[in-house]
Amino acid sequence: MQIAIKANDLSKKYDSGFAVSHANFEVPLGTICGFVGPNGAGKTTTIRMLLGLITPTGGSATILGESINHPEKYLSQVGAMIEGPAFYPALSGEENLKVLATLGGFPIERVKELIKTVGLEGRGHSKYKTYSLGMKQRLGIAAALLPNPKLLVLDEPTNGLDPEGIQEVRDLLKKLAQNGTTVFVSSHLLSELELISEYLVMLRKGEVVFAGTMKELLLQQQPVILVKTENPADLVKVVEIAQAAGHSATIRSDVAHIEGPADWAGFLNRKAFESGIVLTELSPQLPNLEETFFEMTGDRS
Amino acid sequence: MIRVIAAEWRKLRRPTLFLGTLGAALFFTALTTTFLYLMIDSEQGNSDRGRQVGREVLGLASGSVYGFASVGGLLGIIALCVFAAQTAQEYTYGTLRNLLVRQPGRIRILIGKLIAMKIFALILVVIAAIVSISLSYFLSDHARVTTDLWFTSAGFTEIGKTLLNVSISVIYFGIVGMVLGLLLRSPISAISIGVLWLLIIENLIGAVKPVTLEWMPGNQLSTIAQGGSQNLDYSHALLLGSGYVILGAVIAAVLFSRRDVAN
Repeated sequence: MQIAIKANDLSKKYDSGFAVSHANFEVPLGTICGFVGPNGAGKTTTIRMLLGLITPTGGSATILGESINHPEKYLSQVGAMIEGPAFYPALSGEENLKVLATLGGFPIERVKELIKTVGLEGRGHSKYKTYSLGMKQRLGIAAALLPNPKLLVLDEPTNGLDPEGIQEVRDLLKKLAQNGTTVFVSSHLLSELELISEYLVMLRKGEVVFAGTMKELLLQQQPVILVKTENPADLVKVVEIAQAAGHSATIRSDVAHIEGPADWAGFLNRKAFESGIVLTELSPQLPNLEETFFEMTGDRS
Repeated sequence: MIRVIAAEWRKLRRPTLFLGTLGAALFFTALTTTFLYLMIDSEQGNSDRGRQVGREVLGLASGSVYGFASVGGLLGIIALCVFAAQTAQEYTYGTLRNLLVRQPGRIRILIGKLIAMKIFALILVVIAAIVSISLSYFLSDHARVTTDLWFTSAGFTEIGKTLLNVSISVIYFGIVGMVLGLLLRSPISAISIGVLWLLIIENLIGAVKPVTLEWMPGNQLSTIAQGGSQNLDYSHALLLGSGYVILGAVIAAVLFSRRDVAN
């Protein structure tokens, strides 16, 4: 397995403490890897270290086989959008891309092509300051695609996009991965990441709490049965039934979350009926990234 | 390096910046040159700080560029503002991270930006020189100033010398602006501190204790533009001014190359 990103004990320590502490993870070449964590978990600091913008205080990392101490050796093959799009407000979208294309030595003709790819045709000549958040985001993605990258690093690429835009970005990332581009993408839209990512790196308080395939992560989690009752006060009785049967259960927002396999739902239904409880919803759920994320990071914000 | 210069030039050539800066430069050039000739007989003086410049001085071989040399300091302030804004805005817009991802050689970015801004400043200086010399020539009749020596070989030498001195001065002012931009990372702070120091604080200190002007950076750079002054020798100004600029540039370059880009 060829590796696009490899971090070995990568750390960044400030006076206030570790922003990233001994991070170890690998991202295989040609995959889409989600990069998740609560706000302040150290995602952007990690991305900045990988791109040579911040010097690590410990550990090491390689990008496309080159040490991050020599970003000039790999950045020509890397496209990135870090912490949202950043461009010159007085220049047009197209002119902003031309500045970066000129700087990176990429063909200027690629600018028009990318403007079209990200759905900004007709607005390329408008000044950046007149763009909506979604348009700015699209321009940021276009800038990241300028080098025809082997590795694409995107920090919250779907911020500000409407559902159609989110779907377009999802399709674009899938297409890029199919063509061999490695995509390393951080996002708060966990359901989106779940749809496209094969790999996942999860951070909490600067530490990697999981790095591996999405499948491995979800297999670590118990399936859940969601239960609603006609009378919300009966939820406590439902939880007691579950706990008596050896299943852990909690109540969140008038819904009982019971850890247990889907086929246990029938038993629960019978027991609830015998206790005079009317169930209005009994829904076995496979573990999803969102639940797993909350479970592992303890973050419900 | 060529790529960095070309990328920076794309930003500098935008009409609002280029024409706006050129307009400001030409306004001050025309104003200074016009006052020099139209107020030649005024008792309040016709040059900076109320100095009287007579027909005999303007009639010398260096007369054609007297107005241009006088405006050199103001052109320098304009350059300082442009260099400071162009440098510091990379931090405020967050665009520095894009530049460094595309060109990780930080010193290369810095030098490329500087060269592009120097080209920008030199274009302004040359246009200002042409406008000032032309205005001087047209107003010389009205002010009864003889221009016989202006376009002799000695006159052209003076034009060349003044063009060189003003260019050095303007570029030095610009580098001061760039250094302030890199250190303060905010266009407003860099420009206001630079202009406040050069136009107000230095003059206030100089008014209280005139001897200090011999060591003030802004005064050195303005004196370079004028090719020396009654109070300050040209070579002293050039040497000390170069020292200040080089020292500032080295400090800024070291900081820029080592500092984390965290915004």
